[in-house]
Amino acid sequence: MKSYDLIIVGAGIIGTACADVASAAGLKLAIVEPQAIGGGATAAAMGHLVAMDDDPAELALSHYSLQLWEAFTDVAQIEYSRCGTLWVASNENELASIPAKLARLAAVGVHAELIERQRLYQLEPALAPGLAGGMRVLREAVVYPPGAARHLLDRALARGATLYPRQATALTRNGVELDDRSMLSGPVLVATGAALPRLLPQLPMRQRKGHLVITDRHPGIVHHQLLELGYADSAHGDADSSVAFNVQPRPTGQILIGSSREYGSDDSAVSMPMVQRMLERCFHYLPGLRDLQALRIWTGFRPVSADGRPYLGRVPGAQNVWVAAGHEGLGITTSLGSARLVIDQLLSQSTAIDASPYDPARIAA
Amino acid sequence: MKTAGIRIQVDGRSVEVPAGISVAAAMAQLGLPFRRSVGGQRRAPVCGMGACFECRVQIDGIAQRRGCMTTVREGMQVCTDD
Amino acid sequence: MTERYDVAIVGAGPGGLAAARAAASQGARVALIDAQAHAGGQVWRKDIEHGWPRRAQACIPRIVEHPRIHWLAQTQVVHADAGALLLENETQAWRVAYDTLILANGARELLLPFPGWTLPGVTGAGGLQALAKQGWPLHGRRAVIAGSGPLLLAAAVTAKRHGAQVLGIYEQADAASVHRFARGLWRWPGKALQAVSLRGQLAGIPYHCGSVVREALGTDTLQAIEVETPRGSEPLSCDLLAIGFGLVPNIELAQMLGCRLNEAGVHGRVEVDTMQRSSVPGVYAVGELCGIGGRDSAWIEGLIAGHAAVGAKVQARWLRRQRHAREFAESLQHHFKLSTRVRAMARPDTLVCRCEDVPLQALRGHADARSAKLATRCGMGACQGRICGSALAELGIFPRGGSRPPLFPVRLSTLGDPISNPHQGSCS
Repeated sequence: MKSYDLIIVGAGIIGTACADVASAAGLKLAIVEPQAIGGGATAAAMGHLVAMDDDPAELALSHYSLQLWEAFTDVAQIEYSRCGTLWVASNENELASIPAKLARLAAVGVHAELIERQRLYQLEPALAPGLAGGMRVLREAVVYPPGAARHLLDRALARGATLYPRQATALTRNGVELDDRSMLSGPVLVATGAALPRLLPQLPMRQRKGHLVITDRHPGIVHHQLLELGYADSAHGDADSSVAFNVQPRPTGQILIGSSREYGSDDSAVSMPMVQRMLERCFHYLPGLRDLQALRIWTGFRPVSADGRPYLGRVPGAQNVWVAAGHEGLGITTSLGSARLVIDQLLSQSTAIDASPYDPARIAA
Repeated sequence: MKTAGIRIQVDGRSVEVPAGISVAAAMAQLGLPFRRSVGGQRRAPVCGMGACFECRVQIDGIAQRRGCMTTVREGMQVCTDD
Repeated sequence: MTERYDVAIVGAGPGGLAAARAAASQGARVALIDAQAHAGGQVWRKDIEHGWPRRAQACIPRIVEHPRIHWLAQTQVVHADAGALLLENETQAWRVAYDTLILANGARELLLPFPGWTLPGVTGAGGLQALAKQGWPLHGRRAVIAGSGPLLLAAAVTAKRHGAQVLGIYEQADAASVHRFARGLWRWPGKALQAVSLRGQLAGIPYHCGSVVREALGTDTLQAIEVETPRGSEPLSCDLLAIGFGLVPNIELAQMLGCRLNEAGVHGRVEVDTMQRSSVPGVYAVGELCGIGGRDSAWIEGLIAGHAAVGAKVQARWLRRQRHAREFAESLQHHFKLSTRVRAMARPDTLVCRCEDVPLQALRGHADARSAKLATRCGMGACQGRICGSALAELGIFPRGGSRPPLFPVRLSTLGDPISNPHQGSCS
């Protein structure tokens, strides 16, 4: 039986980020992934690196991770593009909520600025008339998530990690069993996102389906990642289905359009009524997008933990099983910080930020 | 079967082309280039039937439209990548 | 706005036309939908200078003007779900609901990568025909026709009729194979006659078997080719190279509807029973979609499906004709099988994905089309993998990956605006 210091199950953005950190720490590493690298929720994601301020723990993890992303700005494969985030206020009420957001962001060291109405249209002339203003976070960026996962994995492989292109079928007393009946022994870190219950049924995980539409190359129309200020209501509300305006300029000149959230659907088929709702919301803010050519529509499933925060740490009741999963829509942003938190704990090192809000034991308790 | 010419604008230049032909054919009759590829190479129509998307040009302000699938129309504005 | 029809037919080539005429003759209300400006499909494409081919001229105007047939030209099917199609044309989007759907959306040309194939001046063989017939100027141009199959003869005839100087036809199949095919043609007298007629029109134009274009040369446009014949390699100056390696069924719509495919060959085709019924109730498929068979099998299968779709009697002699026509297709596939030389044309640095400029060597190490696409963008462009995906499948690199909606690039408004604008000229 092959023995490892750590066996990571899952090579999405979370598993590969963990592999990068663990291999850099000198661990003898196995990574188990039967499908394409970064081919699940990672490939379906927008790749917006963003600090969300409505939960202090999430803000701390996002901010920590955004700093770690700075080490990857020059990697071609990751397509890091610092387009900034522009949150759009559609009315005076939303505009009035901005100072409190600025303060929450400033408290952790994120610089953001209030954008007056006139300036909003200078920055983004394609926005619909009648909007109130916005908030810009200049240093935020977008990446290409499957490229990032591939890069992180390649770094781990270059440090001697082994990739098993197989399915992990079960956790065993001291490792995992693979679908060819072979066994790997060592501590296990499960990073299988929405598929977590197959190996760790004790940790609740729901799937939240999302749709994205990408256009052909239409450069120069949108400059920032644009979101409506009400986005967090859609993202963090618990409605069965919701849509929010969330549009991204890709470095290719393509425009990536989101977002939708649905519980209770495990069918990956594109739902045209949902696409219509999502695009209607988009046209409300960017009416000029109507004539652009849509190339492709796809869906993905966000892994949602019991309380919306990821599980990062030791699995309660198991000696040598760790988990990093359940990042909902923030997995790309928080992957790098999540990996540090988990691997630091695994190595009994102190963590850069408080790890307790993510301790899986909170659910078992 | 030749019909009277119609006028279209290509890259701001007014030109006369036979009615009924495709935008792709009009561009070729005028000896004009089509799109540039992502890597900057010159490209021109290949399949002529809407499958290859090599004939994409901007038509009436809307980019990335297939020239081989669009019939010329009086006053039409066509823009190439150059 | 949703329009409702007894029968919706996608594709107005011989198969769709025959189906439309048959269904309408039985009293059905029919929508006949095609992305092109004129009915006829590719094989009967209307020539801007010369009109339709004689046989098509005799039937097409009557079919598209039939009172129970609503002819929807330049209309693209962009999505399909149970019982309805989402359509768009240059100005609007609408839905067409149907009781029965007949898929007759044919095939596209198989284009294979080789050094220089992206140069302006290099087109498909069917591609050159399609372009010439829509007004592309060929007069006085030196053209070489290459690739494989009888389509090359038709392409050469079209090029010649439009004033091109056809320097030669280069067929990859060897001479023995082509001669065996020709000797077997007596079983299909119509085809034999057609072949004789094509050869007659091409008198004086050399036809080389066992020949492959190695490279297209030029800087910003084609200037010459390097062609390898059984006598060795030779350079040839030319302005146009029309090169096609056969046809690939356009199965994407059938796939979206969930029709079972026969994937025994490299390119999938729709599985149908003798009445042209697919595995999805109420959905029929005819012609090239069910395997490349040419005009005659498309026409007879359209006739069968058009009757079966409205519950009318299908005559036994049509079924016999259909089988006979399909046997011709098998003979064709057999004798023009692509040689291994054709599969080895691309070099490591030859672009395979023309939309995203991805070279062959970038695909190394990827297990499947999806993995390659995520890492290299191969197949992510506007053609949605129609060209590179089919080519890579033919080259044995990986099978074509699954496609995602929409069926074709589509205006965002078609997907996002409520569909409220009724299409003009609806027949009811």
